[in-house]
Amino acid sequence: MAKEKESKTPMLDELETGPWPSFVKDLKQLAKRKPELEQALGQLEDSYQTNTNHWLGTVLNLDGYGGGVIARYSDVQDKFPLAAQFHTIRIIEPSGWLYNTAALRQLCDISEKHSAGILQFHGMTGDILMLGSNNEKTYTAGEELMENGWDIGGSGPALRTLACCVGPAYCEMSCFDTLGLTKFITDTYISELHRPELPYKYKFKISGCANDCANSIQRSDMPIMGTWRDKIQVNQKEVAKFIKENGENYVVDNVITRCPTKCIKLEKKKIKIDDSNCVKCMHCINVMHKALAPGKDKGVTILLGGKRTLKIGDTMSSVLVPFMKMETREDWDKLIQLVRRIWDFWGEHGLDHERVGEFIDRVGLGTFLDGIGVEPDPQMVKHPRSNPYIKFEEYTQPRIAGEPKESPNVVDKEVEGKEAAV
Amino acid sequence: MGSFELSGKVYQTDEDGYLVNMDDWNKEAAEHLAKEENVEMTDAHWEVVNLLREYYEEYKIAPMIKILIKAVGKKLGPDKGNNKYLYELYPQGPAKQACKIAGLPKPTGCV
Repeated sequence: MAKEKESKTPMLDELETGPWPSFVKDLKQLAKRKPELEQALGQLEDSYQTNTNHWLGTVLNLDGYGGGVIARYSDVQDKFPLAAQFHTIRIIEPSGWLYNTAALRQLCDISEKHSAGILQFHGMTGDILMLGSNNEKTYTAGEELMENGWDIGGSGPALRTLACCVGPAYCEMSCFDTLGLTKFITDTYISELHRPELPYKYKFKISGCANDCANSIQRSDMPIMGTWRDKIQVNQKEVAKFIKENGENYVVDNVITRCPTKCIKLEKKKIKIDDSNCVKCMHCINVMHKALAPGKDKGVTILLGGKRTLKIGDTMSSVLVPFMKMETREDWDKLIQLVRRIWDFWGEHGLDHERVGEFIDRVGLGTFLDGIGVEPDPQMVKHPRSNPYIKFEEYTQPRIAGEPKESPNVVDKEVEGKEAAV
Repeated sequence: MGSFELSGKVYQTDEDGYLVNMDDWNKEAAEHLAKEENVEMTDAHWEVVNLLREYYEEYKIAPMIKILIKAVGKKLGPDKGNNKYLYELYPQGPAKQACKIAGLPKPTGCV
């Protein structure tokens, strides 16, 4: 009998054989309590065998919400009636993914009651995913979550749930209060998070330093990253201790020669840094984390435009604001206003399903900066020009609303003061 | 796939209840679709539905939400030109409910 049951999912069983953790093993365990999971697994096996995806998307919203539920229903529900609907609910996670056990237990209880009992900590956006609710249970789950102070996350062409690193809660590298800022932006723009009104998704990820534990630069439209503008703090006593413990060669091999701008030196067992050439990459600080520390005049760098392939290929975010203080409420408000200006300009001229990075690529950085009222800055240049004989492209004629890109007029380029970083 | 019948006329719908053929649409069908969505149609609701249909007639595409908000604000007054107002009328979202009642095709894209 048991053997017969196993043979129902021969391809899935293969996934149990490796030395690594297996979702099949976990879900089979869970299926003893949740019969719909057995059918969902059966459907997955069918998918593997026929190379067909059986999940179809639809729209399912809680009252007053324009997103947050990823609704999936099956196109083979006659075969697997219990797994006919298998919706995912996104839940806004606490800043820095810090929970107490009571909160986790509560989530587990709600998930057990209203879904297939699968929780994902955390999805790609950063939020908590609760998988396997059907149409009715999605509503009851939403109600119970909200009664207990949780809220539904973002989906669709909206502001997505924010995510940040653990920041000052646990980490000495953090250059600003990532947790507070995340909460502040979430609270300020909660309507834009729940009710889509942008051309496409807009993601914030907030990292306390350039180590970027929130993966902000690859995975968000607007990364906010901690940095500093004075000197790296050097504790020569600890430097001496570090050299004594690890040897001078270790420091040369792992710190000095690995500095990307070669601005750090070891002189008579003392570290000397040419801070004007430092790019704040964090490498030396990570290796000698007791001897070195970020500077005292801390703030953030704001970047823009990271995304996966869509209209253009994958992009990483690039610098929009090289340095900005991020300590007081006024600083936070300034950021909020900047975001509002970006949304207004991009919302006005962006195409359907066009990420802000693609929008900048289409209209040109010059036009974009004009539109949001930010002065061009050399630090916005992604990489130096490769051909010194071609001059910068003018952006006096804004190319918005789908106008074709005009080739730059090389002859007219001698106008003073018009050169801009594009 | 489904269908419903009103006054002897049969309306084809897709699996989510959207009209398959938007030429079938009439006020009676809209009332029926609204009932299925638990929306009670008032004049304010009709204003948005009519606007959606006008837009669709002209551009053959459902408007982006930002454009709908702006059009509502322009046509019906600035106090109505915001997302909150639309969600008060259509609690599960204008894209889902208002489009369905207006007989427009199901909104596409990543949800």
